[in-house]
Amino acid sequence: MELSGGEIVIRALRDEGVEYVFGYPGGAVLHIYDALFQQDEVRHILVRHEQAAAHAADGYARSTGKPGVVLVTSGPGATNAVTGIATAYMDSIPMVVLTGQVPRAVIGSDAFQEVDTVGITRPCVKHNFLVKSLDELALTLKKAFYIATSGRPGPVVVDIPKDVTDPNVKIPYEYPEKIEIRSYHPVEKGHHGQIRQAIKLMQQAERPIIYSGGGVVLGEASEELTELTRLSGFPITNTLMGLGSYPATDRQFLGMLGMHGTYEANMAMHKADVLVAIGARFDDRVTGKIEQFCPNAKIIHVDIDPASISKTIRPDIPIVGPVKQVLGDMIETWKENARELEPKPLDKWWEQIEAWRAMHCLKYETNSEKIKPQECVETLYRVTGGELFLTSDVGQHQMWAAQYYKFTQPRRWINSGGLGTMGFGLPAAMGVQLAHPDAEVACITGEASIQMCIQEMATCMQYGLPIKVVLMNNGYMGMVRQWQEFFYESRYSHSYVDALPDFVKMAESYGHIGMRVENPADLEAAMKEAFGRKDRFVFLDVVVDPAENVYPMIEAGKPHNQMHLSPYLSSERELA
Amino acid sequence: MRHVIAVLMENESGALSRVAGLFSARGYNIESLTVAPTDDPTLSRMTIVTRGSEAVIEQIKKQLNKLIDVVKLLDLSEGPHIERELMLIKLNAERDYRDEAQRLADIFRGNIVDVTPSSFVIEMTGDSRKLDAFIRAVDKDRIVEVVRTGPSGISRGTRGLVI
Repeated sequence: MELSGGEIVIRALRDEGVEYVFGYPGGAVLHIYDALFQQDEVRHILVRHEQAAAHAADGYARSTGKPGVVLVTSGPGATNAVTGIATAYMDSIPMVVLTGQVPRAVIGSDAFQEVDTVGITRPCVKHNFLVKSLDELALTLKKAFYIATSGRPGPVVVDIPKDVTDPNVKIPYEYPEKIEIRSYHPVEKGHHGQIRQAIKLMQQAERPIIYSGGGVVLGEASEELTELTRLSGFPITNTLMGLGSYPATDRQFLGMLGMHGTYEANMAMHKADVLVAIGARFDDRVTGKIEQFCPNAKIIHVDIDPASISKTIRPDIPIVGPVKQVLGDMIETWKENARELEPKPLDKWWEQIEAWRAMHCLKYETNSEKIKPQECVETLYRVTGGELFLTSDVGQHQMWAAQYYKFTQPRRWINSGGLGTMGFGLPAAMGVQLAHPDAEVACITGEASIQMCIQEMATCMQYGLPIKVVLMNNGYMGMVRQWQEFFYESRYSHSYVDALPDFVKMAESYGHIGMRVENPADLEAAMKEAFGRKDRFVFLDVVVDPAENVYPMIEAGKPHNQMHLSPYLSSERELA
Repeated sequence: MRHVIAVLMENESGALSRVAGLFSARGYNIESLTVAPTDDPTLSRMTIVTRGSEAVIEQIKKQLNKLIDVVKLLDLSEGPHIERELMLIKLNAERDYRDEAQRLADIFRGNIVDVTPSSFVIEMTGDSRKLDAFIRAVDKDRIVEVVRTGPSGISRGTRGLVI
């Protein structure tokens, strides 16, 4: 079969099992778009801005585990996509980004819509390619998918000069089933000796804790994580990226840890004698002050990426391998050992944890005349029965969603953790909804974040995506305002958005349903109504208390035992 | 600590900038870097001289290994190895300095590879300290220009960095 370059691109996507391509056409990719037009197996979703194409592909990938695919043109098409690529890179999301490039003959001449895409994206991709001849096109695409999805996943950019996709030049098409790259061998198995040592340490622990992250979600290891946690009886805390990989409704779950983690999770980390880190990378938002991080703990670190080991925290027992296999081996080893030697009882440790838990660090004022943002998330949880795919933007609303929505399944909580990209939520929700057409998908957002990709309401209209946007509108860039309140003596420098649009009318102008709620008494009914409109995109503008802050909070660079707790807790205690 | 890291990588355009970009993006030190294709034209070999604490060096090696184009690497400083650097140095060699310059070149086993009535170009190889010593030995005012390649390294013994 002889195909042109443009046809090869589309055919290769088909052979990779790609359902959706998120993209935006332009000069350098016209040949590819023409090939796309002439088939109906790979569906194209036309976004309104290339950043959204990358976020939508990202949302698709996070909710399915399959790679997201992006197609954009050269120059501004590629640069607009960079934010989305970097977002995926920071959270290790499998993605293949196809960018058009100017014809080979004019590369380097500052041609119209030319940028050095490979150069610009190099620091924010797992790998990238410039396709230099038609002969290497199919093989390069195969490599791109293999690299993006194997080992520690990540985005791969394939930059394709326009003349490589010339419809008049055809070559025989051959797409390899499997591929070997001599310089790339992801680790397939964790070292059993290390695993035995880890289990031995865990079974001698008196104050253990499991700290697990996004790697468990990416590595499809939630079941194993849950089994090991139940088997060991250890308390467990999740990172922002790990939420849902262990059921948040379970007694052993202490909530999220870190800067806005729960009191019990952070205190348990601080007092632990054995820390089992699984698929987590000791991000600064988690560790706080490195020198005082888990000061008394022996540390076990399971990660697929050798470079994650000892990057910031030096573990006592490193285990490099895929989490699913390593956890499986850990479970077996635990069972074998437990027959000979009874693991230490943890009653005392749990007593201590329950005492911390009794602090109820997430309590907030419930009799306010204003809608409390925490209440908004809890209402969302009640109304949706915890079954939601929830995407988020970045800021206070993101933290409240992470704290108050109890995720019980992986791939349901979709947010930009590493890069913290405002504007991520709505386009990501599009990818999620396309991947799960019958599921309930919502985007929780703030009035600042949503405006960074709000044009995607048009895309939602075009493809009939019944997403629910829950906007917690406090008029401020809330997280910025909170930091200014705490650390800049309430000098609210440019964190107040003075000219907000009427979001109801805006939603309506895109053909959607817009609703606004201001009174706490109306919140639940409004949310039920919004989620009752199964086939429609509903934009719910919830006016929340602008003064509310996210608690607990650990200041950047402080240790886990130095938390700011909500002033509401102390005022309540004084009353009692 | 100074470390000499030998890297075997795909001879692809852009491979060098991936390494250079990694060092600048992560704030690693790069003292010198030399690269050229090997006997196998699909492979390039790079010698990187860097400095850092043991923790930093460990990260540098891991991050280098993580680059898709890197096939293999070896920290030569971990065992006995040989380093050689090439220097070309142009001296202002008027009549009053020609004998002295020639004698010095001989002592350091350098070769004079270009001669004009008023200048010499001397070619010299050795480890970096020897080249430093030569520069110190010649009259400072006589040096017109110096070009050095940075060290290339290879391990001693039978084993090699090959695929």
